Amino acid sequence: MTAPRPSATHDDRLSYEGLSCERRAYERRSWGQRLVILIPYLWLGVFFVVPFLIVFKISLSQLATALPPYLPILDLSGGIDGVSQFFAGLSFDNYARLVGDTLYLSSYGRSVFIALTSTAILLVIGFPIAYAMARAPRRWQGVLFMLVVLPFWTSFLIRVYAWMTILQHDGLLNHLLLTFGIVAAPPVWLATDSAVFIGVVYAYLPFMVLPIYATLERMDESLLEAAADLGCPRWKSFWLVTVPLALPGVAAGALLCFIPIVGEFVIPDLLGGSGTMMIGQTLWMEFFGNRDWPAASAVAVVLLGILIGPLVIYQHLQARRLERGG
Amino acid sequence: MRRGLSSFNVASLALGLAFLYLPILILVIYSFNASRLVTVWGGWSTRWYVSLLDNQAMLEAAWVSLRVAFVTACAATVLGTLAALALVRAGRFRGRLLFGGLIYAPLVMPEVITGLALLLLFVAVEIERGFWAVTIAHTTLTMGFVAVIVQARLIGFDRSLEEAAMDLGCPPLRTFMTVTLPLIAPAIAAGWVLAFMLSLDDLVIASFVTGPGATTLPIRIYSEVRLGVRPEINAVCTIIVAVVAIGIVTVSLMTKFSNAKPAPARAEP
Repeated sequence: MTAPRPSATHDDRLSYEGLSCERRAYERRSWGQRLVILIPYLWLGVFFVVPFLIVFKISLSQLATALPPYLPILDLSGGIDGVSQFFAGLSFDNYARLVGDTLYLSSYGRSVFIALTSTAILLVIGFPIAYAMARAPRRWQGVLFMLVVLPFWTSFLIRVYAWMTILQHDGLLNHLLLTFGIVAAPPVWLATDSAVFIGVVYAYLPFMVLPIYATLERMDESLLEAAADLGCPRWKSFWLVTVPLALPGVAAGALLCFIPIVGEFVIPDLLGGSGTMMIGQTLWMEFFGNRDWPAASAVAVVLLGILIGPLVIYQHLQARRLERGG
Repeated sequence: MRRGLSSFNVASLALGLAFLYLPILILVIYSFNASRLVTVWGGWSTRWYVSLLDNQAMLEAAWVSLRVAFVTACAATVLGTLAALALVRAGRFRGRLLFGGLIYAPLVMPEVITGLALLLLFVAVEIERGFWAVTIAHTTLTMGFVAVIVQARLIGFDRSLEEAAMDLGCPPLRTFMTVTLPLIAPAIAAGWVLAFMLSLDDLVIASFVTGPGATTLPIRIYSEVRLGVRPEINAVCTIIVAVVAIGIVTVSLMTKFSNAKPAPARAEP
């Protein structure tokens, strides 16, 4: 490419020069580009990927009364002996305990159950809101969008705390229920599953509404007109046209809710009862309460194992959205 | 989408927004309650705000949180913007899919996992638990959010402006500084504010990686909230909500958020 071509015609040379110019510009830019890619990549590699490898490693270690409180520690200065000692010291005891102890199994089961149920509730509540937002006049949509996003920007902890005030025994909800004579005696809300569901649905509602709204808002309305022209009743075109087209948004919203809810800690801790724990609480207790880092790591690894499927699907959806250009 | 709202649409919007806003409103109102019992109305008063000024631990925690959030927001904005540029502009490079996955993963990863993982890293490489550990953790958590917002702006904008500048002989870096950057500045500003808010808000990850002298505001609030509802906490929360609201209104006025066509899929968390 760089060798001059003596036999080139005038036209040829022009295009050749143009090409090499472009190429040079490309190469000059590509250095900057490489840096642009490298810096965030490195950061995420060091602070997101490596930590997970460490979690995995420590989940195979044993509890020790040292600092850090686990054994064995990979000591490369020991040479081959050190490494082989390290592998000899690995144990699957923590995983055996996870399977053997019903505390862990029931925590996992409960977390998945709560996440599935609340995702379904979120969908039932969130879809009509997103649908109404998409049907609202254009000039309102920006405002409505902001109104749904705003709570997401407000502190999570504060929003959960707000429900503590409302749901406590002599709280506002019971006050209202008694005043209007809906119940005779104040029901217990706080420290029950209902409180957890209320908190989860409240905290995650924007995560469900926004992706669904995004897909509905982009929908081509001529499709509905065509259905109407062909004599399709409105309820039917809703089921046959609108709902299928909204499915990518529904899937994104459902995953955006389901994945973090499984690992939720704050909501069940503040609103739920102390009897049964979600897995996030179990992990927290192993780490902060029992100071058993290897057990906490094993809990995290298995939790990640449960979520890896949904995570991959979520990534896939995101990547496809990126390819579509928004 | 066909315009025009049925009464069912109006009802779901009204109920949905009421559900989202009433609890916060109630919290704010009760922070002005004169009674020590949070649920009994004793008239309007600002005594809990006054008593906050004496709460040294709370003030210190707030100061720590603000500093962490500021550094986090700056670092996350730089990293997130670079990541967005890499995803949108660098074309296809090896590992692009993995890269995209890495950017998005922290957004949905349960916080207990991220917190534990980062703590174990800090212990392994002997980074002291405390201010910088929390800042690094928050930067990792929030840069993805910045990337999503900036990426949306990059996808939605007219590349011919950049091409025109380049055609007229403007070098790439200068094109970026004088054409691209001003155009994506609103998204970058929004990303900064979002990173700041998220850092200010995080309890779980900070609890794992914090150390002595680096108690953040959410950790402080959480330790008091566990003991039950207290009016001082309502006052703190109201102040935070007010700061957040002012921050967001400022940003939307600055960037004329509402005038631009809303970009929901892209600005979504």
